Amino acid sequence: MNHPTTTTTTLVEPDAFAITADLTQARLPRWAVLLVGVIALGVAGLVTLLTGWSPTGGLVLAVVLMVAGFPLWSMVVEGRRAAADRLATSLVWGAFVVVLVPLVWLIWMVVSHGVSAIDAEFLTYDMRNVVGAGGGIFHALWGTILVTLAATLISVPVGLFTAIYLVEYGRGKRLARVTTFLVDVMTGIPSIVAGLFALALFVLIFGPAIRVGFGGAVALSLLMIPTVVRSAEEMLRLVPGDLREASYALGIPKWRTIVKVVLPTALGGIITGVVLAISRVIGETAPLLVVAGATDSVNFNLFEGRMMTLPVYIFSQYSSPGVVPVGTEGDPPGYARAWGAALVLIVIVMVLNLVARLIGTYFAPKTERRR
Amino acid sequence: MSVTAPPPAPRAARAVVRPGDRIFAGIARAASLTIMLALAGVFVFLAIEGLPGLSAPENIYAPAEDFWSYVGPLVFGTILAAVVALVLAVPFSIGVALFISHYAPPRIAAPVAYVIDLLAAVPSVVFGLWGGLALASSIRPVTDWLYANLDFIPFFAGPPSVTGRSMLTAGIVLAIMVVPIVTALSREVFAQTPRLHEEAAMALGATRWETIRLAVFPYARSGVISAVMLGLGRALGETMAVAMVLSAAPVVTLNLISDTNPATIAQNIASNYKEATPDKQAVLIATGLVLFAVTFAVNFAARWVIARSERKVSR
Repeated sequence: MNHPTTTTTTLVEPDAFAITADLTQARLPRWAVLLVGVIALGVAGLVTLLTGWSPTGGLVLAVVLMVAGFPLWSMVVEGRRAAADRLATSLVWGAFVVVLVPLVWLIWMVVSHGVSAIDAEFLTYDMRNVVGAGGGIFHALWGTILVTLAATLISVPVGLFTAIYLVEYGRGKRLARVTTFLVDVMTGIPSIVAGLFALALFVLIFGPAIRVGFGGAVALSLLMIPTVVRSAEEMLRLVPGDLREASYALGIPKWRTIVKVVLPTALGGIITGVVLAISRVIGETAPLLVVAGATDSVNFNLFEGRMMTLPVYIFSQYSSPGVVPVGTEGDPPGYARAWGAALVLIVIVMVLNLVARLIGTYFAPKTERRR
Repeated sequence: MSVTAPPPAPRAARAVVRPGDRIFAGIARAASLTIMLALAGVFVFLAIEGLPGLSAPENIYAPAEDFWSYVGPLVFGTILAAVVALVLAVPFSIGVALFISHYAPPRIAAPVAYVIDLLAAVPSVVFGLWGGLALASSIRPVTDWLYANLDFIPFFAGPPSVTGRSMLTAGIVLAIMVVPIVTALSREVFAQTPRLHEEAAMALGATRWETIRLAVFPYARSGVISAVMLGLGRALGETMAVAMVLSAAPVVTLNLISDTNPATIAQNIASNYKEATPDKQAVLIATGLVLFAVTFAVNFAARWVIARSERKVSR
């Protein structure tokens, strides 16, 4: 882009400057973006002050002025094509900024409301006999842990062995093709349909009023299995064929090769996939609402009685938040509990994601990996 | 796309078949049959429990008279919410995906991509909570403005909902949930554009935007379409975010900002299952079956689009 400023050899003739000057178009200086931004903000601020708009309205106006004004200036100085390029750049940056707004707003709301709701009582009390403020998420926390654990125990063996079948045994067979297709279909099952399936299954066996935590686990594993199969399959395919062949050459049976060579090599990736799958289903609400029900008490038994879970807790605190005490102002007490539980849930999900990344980095097989 | 060689074909010279081998292969095959059974189970059990819902006593369907007129507005609401969400989400998703793959400096792009992936993991109930408690009360100025200036468009015929719990709010919440998914998939597709295509365009003097239009978009079209379809599938099946934001009635209307909005199937199930009698429960399960059919069709169309294009998008 720059003109050759100093040349030690005399390859560049003196009048080359004139030639490049003819070839390059007029371009806006680098600080043009900043200038337009400042002007847009200034104009919008002035309009806001004069007409009494809200600050949000002023900000929107500033963004519009910026996105429209910069390409216009470019059109005048640089021509149509460059202006289109500038417009696209502004729009892409604009899209990025606009998407950030609700996401930052969401995180900020959850953190700011959640932190003030969380204390020792909130984490160690259930909602039994709680009217008004107080109470906590103890029962929901345990419910979430137990249901998710049960779902993991169901879906990891099924998912892992399916992946083993697809990679090691099913090559080219019809069952493998059908399974791959069905896993694709399973990925698209809406979570509430998974819940209805578990409900229909348990209602058919135990009668219409049944609501148990284990039903929630069945529903969640239906959502979890495809994720586990996908990630485990991908990881197993990354294990180099040389390793398998070396093992076969030593006379090791195929199944021991899989258990002792293939699985350990892919272990890091498989665990990462499982943890990510857990972090995805741990926030599922609809299926648990339908089959596991809601309750105010602690229940450690997966096979009997309703079981509260964190997402359902958030929903029920939101939909029946209680009443504001007479004579006071503010939100009903349930909202604070809902925000607190939402913060706990988000922290759990983020920690699981982080753990998954760390496992993925540290236990990565020492072979070349995709990306 | 895999960098390693495929595993060796197992047809080695007549090896001894050991019992361990046979058992292990059996377990693996059983696992994949389990998946088949589970999926068949979903159909069978939903059908067994849901079929009585097609012909339940008439008062169950009130105010409608039979199942199809009961489920019709729900299907309409489901599709309307999903379409609103996609119309809002897709331009932004493609913008952000381009931002990550082509515009942002690498030092920003990687963290942004990571954060977008994290956001895909935020539970929908949290989005619902935010939508219900924060967005709904803040959206009044926008809906008021739309009503005042654009009320000749049927979408904004108003009068605007006082609580803000309208189809528009639900659509925005859904859009925010769909953006990370569509972004993540499109970004991968954009990043796979052959470097040489882009460099050829650049060498011909194309600006960055022209490069993207000439080299990136044609290459990525099918991948982006399937990403959008998958996002649509998610928006169709989303329950909690809609249930917590929308105040619903059994109506069919295009009006996005008023306080009578059509319900979605998933939301209708979630808000009615509690007081459901066995008859009503069967009806709800039958609507769930309809939802499954709709999402299945959408996902199937997405796979078809992927399969049809010669350039397979690796996932």
